[in-house]
Amino acid sequence: MPYGDWKDNEYIEHLVKELRDNGTNVIVGTFDKLINWGRSNSIWPLTFATSCCGIEFIALGAARYDMARFGWEVARASPRQADFMMVAGTIVHRMAPVVRRLYDQLAEPKYVIACGGCAVSGGPFKNSYHVVKGVGEIIPVDVYVPGCPPRPEAMIYGIMQLSRKIKVEKFFGGVNRQEKINRFLNEHPIKETPEAAQQQVMEEQH
Amino acid sequence: MADIQEKIIKLVPDAVFEEGEVLTVCVADKNWHELAKHLKEDTELNFDHLVAIVGMDWTDTLGTMNYLESTKTGQMLCVKLQTADRDNAMLHSVSDLWDVANFYEREVYDYLGIIFINHPDMRRLFLRNDWVGYPLRKDYDASPETNPVRLDHEQSDDSTVCYREQPDGTVKKEEVTVFEPNDFVVNIGPQHPATHGVLRFRTAVDGETIKKIDIYLGYIHRGIEKLSESLGYPQTLHFTDRLDYLSAHQNRHCLCLCIEKALGVEVPQRAQVVRVIMDELMRISSHLLFVGTFCMDLGATTMLFYAMRERETILNIFEKTCGARMTFNYNCIGGVIADLDKDFVHDVKALLEIMPKALKEYDTIFTGNVIAKNRMEGVGVLTREDAISYGVTGPAGRASGWGCDVRKTHPYGAYAQVEFDEVVRTEGDSMARFKVRMDEIRQSLRIIEQLIDRIPEGEICAKVPKIIKLPEGHWFQQVEASRGAFGVYIESRGANTPWRLKFNSPCMNMAGVVPHIAKGGKIADLITIGGTLDYVVPDIDR
Repeated sequence: MPYGDWKDNEYIEHLVKELRDNGTNVIVGTFDKLINWGRSNSIWPLTFATSCCGIEFIALGAARYDMARFGWEVARASPRQADFMMVAGTIVHRMAPVVRRLYDQLAEPKYVIACGGCAVSGGPFKNSYHVVKGVGEIIPVDVYVPGCPPRPEAMIYGIMQLSRKIKVEKFFGGVNRQEKINRFLNEHPIKETPEAAQQQVMEEQH
Repeated sequence: MADIQEKIIKLVPDAVFEEGEVLTVCVADKNWHELAKHLKEDTELNFDHLVAIVGMDWTDTLGTMNYLESTKTGQMLCVKLQTADRDNAMLHSVSDLWDVANFYEREVYDYLGIIFINHPDMRRLFLRNDWVGYPLRKDYDASPETNPVRLDHEQSDDSTVCYREQPDGTVKKEEVTVFEPNDFVVNIGPQHPATHGVLRFRTAVDGETIKKIDIYLGYIHRGIEKLSESLGYPQTLHFTDRLDYLSAHQNRHCLCLCIEKALGVEVPQRAQVVRVIMDELMRISSHLLFVGTFCMDLGATTMLFYAMRERETILNIFEKTCGARMTFNYNCIGGVIADLDKDFVHDVKALLEIMPKALKEYDTIFTGNVIAKNRMEGVGVLTREDAISYGVTGPAGRASGWGCDVRKTHPYGAYAQVEFDEVVRTEGDSMARFKVRMDEIRQSLRIIEQLIDRIPEGEICAKVPKIIKLPEGHWFQQVEASRGAFGVYIESRGANTPWRLKFNSPCMNMAGVVPHIAKGGKIADLITIGGTLDYVVPDIDR
């Protein structure tokens, strides 16, 4: 595909520009390219789905859409072996700590795709008392894929955007996304409710 | 009807009857348990199936609507209970009579804070155990400050409470242990590929043998029932597609039927036939996905690719007419939203041709396989009595010998015009559940075959008012979804929004039966059992 057809993502264009302006070390830059080429062609997803979008993700793995063409077919059940997490489906209050823990368990470098209306913003259930209004509230998101559920083609497009993002990343030094992630995580700390307080709420209810 | 009334009056003289589509009887809570026992055990009445318990907030009183059904005669009865004490609401539990009441009553407690006396496990079901307030009460404070998104892990309980009635009539709170201190508890889920979604089992094991399972639900509880109370009737429809997304057409059909029944709208013949064809296509696609994912869980990954191949052809048919691969939004109040695509008949006929061959292929690859046989035969046996008591309907119930197909017991739409067999097996094990689904695909093909050349011409949607207001009253409707009897309860006070809209999902009962049939089996069998019950978790949690 000619590069001109892909020139639709301001964010990535900005990253590329920044890289070009700053210039890179000849040796390190070449290594960067090589490593990123390898990483961007073998991103492994974590099998994580809560609802409808998960079924489309199965369809993505089956013969018609065949994500093996892109090197994404090695879906891992353990977050420790996966590169990115496709948050497919609604995230509710009870699930939120689990999602955060799964994210923390992913090995670096890690990426998140918010897939479907619910993961993007809460979708049709936005006004509910028990729905998180977008997974971006609890973990840093790299790519948003809208749709209810998104078609497998849309998912392919979304993951390809992630590949592009990985390709222009700096693996060695320089401004990388690590800082941004850390900033996000510091702004969204896990507040431990003291056990006594939790106990008290439960006592009151009984 | 008169016979039931006489018998109830004899037992509870001050019972009040309301005539409606289902006979409703209001009794005082103190008579409820005795009446329930009588209704269940009387050989003529035989109300042995508890269809639903709907928790209600009527502002001045709290209460429940208990829908009972007789598996012998198919007759239904609704028992209405009320309590005026909002701060300390208590009703008697019937979980000792019907096992399914265990989850139903916990759900009511979770939503409305009604405590059930003598219930063995009075914990919240869907919400965190430190959740503040009861969301389905009309005076619930929904502000995000009361219940913010918490990122800390909740404490899992090793003990629970039971409100036991003493001989002198007082109620005493007792502590009940869930797990003994030296139990070895393994946590399975909520993020586990074989639980088919975000379901969590806390499993006490002895070596590889399962001793006890404690289920945690609510990891995808979206609060749909509360949301619906602030939306107009046409706006509530889209939620049904997202409950059990593999029975999207049937679920939506059910809600439409219920609203149409309340409005008194006659659905045009063409729409009725189209709805049935769509329902059956949906059932085939759902069962195909079951075959694929279930076999993959057992290690036969190839089957996923075979089953998905046929499923994609069905999705193509849907896409041409409904414009989507999932969450179709096709049924609407009064009929269907769009006419059939010009290729529809042709495409369906092509599907009818390839499906029998495909089924034969599946049987050759998987059903006769010796590994498949060893892993499924005799695993997770559910008896007929237990299936009824736990309310396990659909293919899983029919595999246990319970003829519970709503299409046969209470025919709706165009099902009365077609001929098909209710697939019933008697073994009750995982193999039977698998085979029932395979045979149901054949029966669905048979139904489509009969209708596809006989789609009547005419309107696709009846004329309905622009703003839909239901008269005062309450209605209950069931349809046969891909996984069992899906029910909708609507209570209206004459406004354009429902006072209460309750979805009664088949999958919750299936999840509820897992601890019973998995007990004493091996951990690996839990995957087989979960797979063959084929629950969809968003349908459990709603």
